[in-house]
Amino acid sequence: MNAPPRDPPGLDIQDVTVTFGVPRAEGTRGRDPSDQQLVLDHVSLSVRSGEVVALLGPSGSGKSTLLRVIAGIIVADSGRVLVHGVDVTQRPTHLRGVGMVFQDNQLFPHMSVLDNVAFGPKMAGIDRSERAEHALTWLRRVGLEGFEHRRVTDLSGGEAKRVALARTLAGEPAVVLLDEPLTGLDRDLHDRLAGELGALLHDADVTTLLVTHDHDEAATIADRTAELTDL
Amino acid sequence: MATIFVVVAGACGSDDDAASSSTDVAATADSITLVTYDSFPEADTSLNDALAEFSADTGIDVEILVAGDTGTMLSKAALTAGNPEGDVMWGIDNTLLSRAITDDVFEPYLAAPITDGSVDIDPAFLDLVPNGEATPVDYGDVCVNYDLAWFAERDLEPPTTFADLVDPAYAGQLVVQNPATSSPGLAFLLATIHEYGLEGWQDYWSQLGANGVEVVDGWTEAYYERFTWAGGGPTPMVVSYGSSPPAEVIFADPARNDAPTGVIEDTCFRQVEFAGVLRGTDAPDAARQLIDFLVSDRFQRELALNLFVYPTNAAVDLPQEFIDFAVVPESSRAIDPAVIDAERSRWIDEWTELVLG
Amino acid sequence: MDGAGARVNRLPRRLLIALAVGPTVGLAVFYVWPFVTLVVEAVDATVIADTLGRSSTWEVVWFTAWQAVVSTVMTIAVGMAPAYVLARYDFRGRSVLVGLLTAMFVLPTVVMGAAILALLPDSLDRTVWAVIGAHVVFNLAVVVRVVGSLWEHLPTDMEAAAATLGASRWKVATQISAPLVRPAVTAAATIVFLFTFTSYGVIRILAAPGTRTIEVEVWRRATQLGDIGAAAVLALLQLVVLIAIVSWSTVAQRRHAQAIGLEPTSARRRPQTVGERRFVTLIAGSAVLVAGAPLVALVVRSFSTPTGWSTAAWTGLGRTEIRPGIRVGVDPVEAVVNSLGNALWATSFAVVIGASASLAIVGAGRAGRALDGGLMLPLATSAVTIGFGMLITFDTSPVDWRASWWLVPVGHALIAVPFVVRTCVGVLRSVDPAMGTAAATLGASSIRAWWATLVPYLWRPLAVGAALAAAISLGEFGATSFLSRSGGETMPIAIEQLLGRTGSILQAQGFVLATLLAATTVILVVVVERLRPTEAERAER
Repeated sequence: MNAPPRDPPGLDIQDVTVTFGVPRAEGTRGRDPSDQQLVLDHVSLSVRSGEVVALLGPSGSGKSTLLRVIAGIIVADSGRVLVHGVDVTQRPTHLRGVGMVFQDNQLFPHMSVLDNVAFGPKMAGIDRSERAEHALTWLRRVGLEGFEHRRVTDLSGGEAKRVALARTLAGEPAVVLLDEPLTGLDRDLHDRLAGELGALLHDADVTTLLVTHDHDEAATIADRTAELTDL
Repeated sequence: MATIFVVVAGACGSDDDAASSSTDVAATADSITLVTYDSFPEADTSLNDALAEFSADTGIDVEILVAGDTGTMLSKAALTAGNPEGDVMWGIDNTLLSRAITDDVFEPYLAAPITDGSVDIDPAFLDLVPNGEATPVDYGDVCVNYDLAWFAERDLEPPTTFADLVDPAYAGQLVVQNPATSSPGLAFLLATIHEYGLEGWQDYWSQLGANGVEVVDGWTEAYYERFTWAGGGPTPMVVSYGSSPPAEVIFADPARNDAPTGVIEDTCFRQVEFAGVLRGTDAPDAARQLIDFLVSDRFQRELALNLFVYPTNAAVDLPQEFIDFAVVPESSRAIDPAVIDAERSRWIDEWTELVLG
Repeated sequence: MDGAGARVNRLPRRLLIALAVGPTVGLAVFYVWPFVTLVVEAVDATVIADTLGRSSTWEVVWFTAWQAVVSTVMTIAVGMAPAYVLARYDFRGRSVLVGLLTAMFVLPTVVMGAAILALLPDSLDRTVWAVIGAHVVFNLAVVVRVVGSLWEHLPTDMEAAAATLGASRWKVATQISAPLVRPAVTAAATIVFLFTFTSYGVIRILAAPGTRTIEVEVWRRATQLGDIGAAAVLALLQLVVLIAIVSWSTVAQRRHAQAIGLEPTSARRRPQTVGERRFVTLIAGSAVLVAGAPLVALVVRSFSTPTGWSTAAWTGLGRTEIRPGIRVGVDPVEAVVNSLGNALWATSFAVVIGASASLAIVGAGRAGRALDGGLMLPLATSAVTIGFGMLITFDTSPVDWRASWWLVPVGHALIAVPFVVRTCVGVLRSVDPAMGTAAATLGASSIRAWWATLVPYLWRPLAVGAALAAAISLGEFGATSFLSRSGGETMPIAIEQLLGRTGSILQAQGFVLATLLAATTVILVVVVERLRPTEAERAER
């Protein structure tokens, strides 16, 4: 392994390749190699520490797959993922320090808003009162003061997105991944949230990779954009 | 299909040519079913030959339907009272007779040869059926049997009393029958009640349980499957009959002239078995004829060597092996039938809790 | 749905009534009447006081309850891992494992008991642990199916989300997955509890004579001790407990119900990492072992005779003489013949009654629903209660039917009809109503149009129903143990009697019968699976 450079990038993706088996009709047996589909072909990308990068590309280009490889949800066929210079390729998701906001939020329906946001700190072993304090701080920062005891199933789309964002950031990950964070919100809300999100991420000074198909959104939030096709 | 249900119904005719030989009998049915316990031979013995002679003489075919051990057989009979599984039942004994009478299993009938005095019978047997509910056909004693060789090999003196059976030296060596399903099992329970009294038997059974007594559902299983001598099983003592030793001599292969099993006389309980006409039979005349035959000399003389019981017909001579090897205790235990009737189900319940529960 | 059905079946009232009369009368005579008799028999203050005042009653209730609780907890504990693996992963042999677990679940209870008896060393035979083991293996499929079907459709991303927040696999499982599948676990636990609380065949085979659930005690009191009153009280007591549990579980499930965004398609994938592959192999392998070993043991033991390994029990299947002339009164071959005969008739009854009931249910509106509900009732009542009720009802002239050859098949049919109706009604309701209208406009009379439209669709569900009915009849033990007569023993009855003969060729013959019954049942269930319309075919319609 190479010695890490003096100022390693916050996130470094090296030569990642992913192939998927094409799902076949139920009842048929076996899988032959010709069913394999190349999803990511030797992709490399580097994000500086604290930088917010937007990854653009048409749907089906493998953007989401790349995020999942970084988070360790999908195992790549080859390639490496480094977080602040540390190779995390072989690590399970929860030991990577990579937070992710999913396109459909994936809030935990059996927990209150507060417990959702406090989940990361709880996993980090922070005691109850301190993590509640921390979660409340993040709820305030995303503009959801007073929402802590609401059920997540009763939230509007914008509110749910803010909770998801607060939950990820409250975990204080080294890298934040955002998968189409503003897709599906109405125009007004979209524009307002895009502005807030950019500010929030820069305030937090967290290395961020954002996936979107919307160039304007990318320009509003990110410091830099990259196209998946020309990586 | 059809044939099976015919057997069950026990009614419909079989194509029987022997019927033509029937003489003075106005047989309404030419086939009747004899319901019996599972140690009654179904074929191939001199007992069955005797039955065949009865069929030849009367034109009445006798089907044998085995219905488990006596307790099980009576339970089935009680549930089918009035619509029986057969026409005649063989083998309800004095420990269970009152239940059969209460449950209306029988259509009262005492064999004609007894009523008219042509068969000589101990009046004590008749006292058990004051209203002629059923006919006493045989008697015997239920006693603990033991495998002589097994004890000899181990240089162990076989037990002689009830008290010995709870001695740790005899731990795990006795198999008994469940009194709920088996009549020797019930007789053995009654013997312990006779010995230890209404208040003491429970404690005795707790000790037997602690000493590893094994419980099975029926006599056949206990004797022919669990007993070391007869069944090649693991248990050298079994609740069986005082007349079991001669059976071992008669069936010995190669032949022998001493009994391989012994009897603990102290444990013997007197059992009288009855045959009765099942209420609801559609061949009552034929059924009565069969009962009459069951107390006849011809049939009674086969009992000793086939069922290993004593004939109630006093005129029948016993075979020599029987006289030589069967144990007739000097005083067999007995309990008043009225007491048995009143307490049986409570005793069985208590026993079940104590030993099986 | 009913509206559409009603339009196709604008049948003359007369025909509808004619179709409904058979099922209705059958239900009234063979289910409602015996049930009422049972209640009347039990509603007697002294008998109730006697029975409830007896300490043994409460010991039986206590044993029934605790073994059911332990069985349920163990089944859930053992079943969760395979449920997860089967829901989440695709792997070679997955369908074999699903099939195996399903096969275990459909096996007759006596066969299940026999299989566990075959597997366990003698020292564990006849203990309560053998019973609980049998219950666990038996009911694994319930957990795998009920919990697995929810798990399969739970968004995997929610677990991934928890992992990105720092949750380890264990934390994900305990803090996210477990609470989310809890409603399904409650449902599965309820089903398992009901099955084990009413356990009968397994206990009769596996437990020592003194080990009694309420069902076994009902049987013992009624048939061994002749204590009909106490048996009736116990049967009703059990019913009360069951109703209480079902009500509680319904409320509990409603309370814990939560909106979860379920994914329409399953999220199964192949295991990726070495760790995942090991995990899947370990869990799937253990599940195959747990479910498969008893079946293998069953077959193996059928070759194990007191004199060593041999095919004697197979080739000599028939009346074994213990001593010249003395047999035990159980003839395995006759039992097979009896079972086949019973199954034939039970299937015929169930198919005829089920078909006419289904047509009537689809054709009639509210009355149809009432009939539908009524025909389901025997399923909710234990077979022991049904058999017991029939036994004490049909014992006096002119309805003294105890010796009638058809009583056992009728009892079986009562239990099988709900399955026939369920398979038929679904198919009939999905028949396009326009076809009936089209036939009618072509000049066909309404009856002819109805016949031409609906009946062709009936064959396949009827074949499925018939196979199910045959499987149910062949394996039925609870009702049969009350209704069968000496000489009319069915295979399950013979198996129970033969397996009690420890250490003799008779026991090996019991294992032979159990093997035959297991094979027959599995074949019938495979036939059912093959005949069932697939999802695609259903969608086409």
